[in-house]
Amino acid sequence: MKIIIDQDKCVGGGQCVMAAPEVFDQRDSDGVVELLDATPPADQQEAVRDAVLFCPAAAIRLEER
Amino acid sequence: MSSPSDVLIVGASVGGLTVAQALRRKGYTGRIRLVGEEPHPPYDRPPLSKEILTGAWPASRAQLNLDGLDADLILGVRAVRLDLSAWQVHLDNGRRLPYGTLVIATGLSPRRLPTQQRLDGVHTFRTLDDALALGRDLRNAERIAVIGAGVLGCELAAAARALGRDVTLIDPASVPMAGQLGDQLGTLMASLHRRHDVKLRTGAGVATLTHVRGRVTGVALTDGSAVAADLAIVAIGSTPAIGWLAGSGLRLYDGIECDAYGRAGPGVYAVGDVARPLGSVRLENRANATEQAVTVAATILGDGRPYTPVAYFWTEQYDAKIQVYGTITAGSRLRLIEGQLDEERFVALAETGGTVTAAIGWNHPCGARSARQHLMKVPGKPVGQE
Repeated sequence: MKIIIDQDKCVGGGQCVMAAPEVFDQRDSDGVVELLDATPPADQQEAVRDAVLFCPAAAIRLEER
Repeated sequence: MSSPSDVLIVGASVGGLTVAQALRRKGYTGRIRLVGEEPHPPYDRPPLSKEILTGAWPASRAQLNLDGLDADLILGVRAVRLDLSAWQVHLDNGRRLPYGTLVIATGLSPRRLPTQQRLDGVHTFRTLDDALALGRDLRNAERIAVIGAGVLGCELAAAARALGRDVTLIDPASVPMAGQLGDQLGTLMASLHRRHDVKLRTGAGVATLTHVRGRVTGVALTDGSAVAADLAIVAIGSTPAIGWLAGSGLRLYDGIECDAYGRAGPGVYAVGDVARPLGSVRLENRANATEQAVTVAATILGDGRPYTPVAYFWTEQYDAKIQVYGTITAGSRLRLIEGQLDEERFVALAETGGTVTAAIGWNHPCGARSARQHLMKVPGKPVGQE
């Protein structure tokens, strides 16, 4: 799994951090998403898929292979 | 886990689409049909009043990702009737779609002023086509009257100012976004708009739209004054799009009544702005649509849990970014936990009778998320009672 984020779309809702705190973080200054791990291990991937669904800005995309 | 052979979803915006995505994510391999009234493939609405309207983004940037969806998109047709006993949805092109499982996510229709019919230069705002049409007209207009200072009206006023237009924002409440923010933060919102040269006409009701030869010329207010405008935007709220369900047998009152799992009738579920869960309230926001959609998808697959929403909305106006988790009730007290109001960067809690009902971040998204932990799970305020 590879995560692609669109920081320009991010609205700082923080749903991704609540869903997968080991994978996503927010910049202190403006709340925009930052990736801690673009290729998360298997035990994080369900949480990441939750984050994709719950993101209110549709700013997270996955490449699964 | 039970699994239906087909799921028909009426409403192809984010609520309906997310049901389909969540079904696929949970391994559902049956047929999914997604019916949408608009001709466009599913897109996201929040950017419409911001980046799409100002032209900062092309319309295609609002499109939602359909990767792996494997659904039949039936677009540009409207559902006109639901026949519960025949398990069929009738479309405006004469087709009848049978279903085993039906999800209704038809959203909202903007309210209109009684006087706005057939006047040129008057806009409502809900769809991508609305945004593109308003964007075109804004380029040729000079004086804009925005009627209604809720979230949408405020965002549209900010977008019109970004395009350099003269803007007057009109609302019967004493401050902008009074219903969403309360008086104290609404006052801050008023100064934000004034600082960006928006003329505020708060505490003022609209009597009528004035017009000459079929074109709007301004807004007459109930106090006898008038606002001249060559373009008026009506942003006075919305009503659930349930007209097509009249007589269907579903319980309809301010939306489609459903239970905490989203169940509205035999094999029928309601999602998003149009759904009114019993014992809770109907929420009109982007986050609720997706969370409720995930709940309904799980219920359809026999793995549902009751949905207990925490209301969440955000707004971006000028350089301000405001996040509210929960609901700021009328008369609640604000407690600052970081920053100061006059710095316009702070985190605050809204409290009513010792209960925290909302966590607010003003130019402080991370603080708002952390402050969310103070929030009890409380239902939001009933929309339409603002």
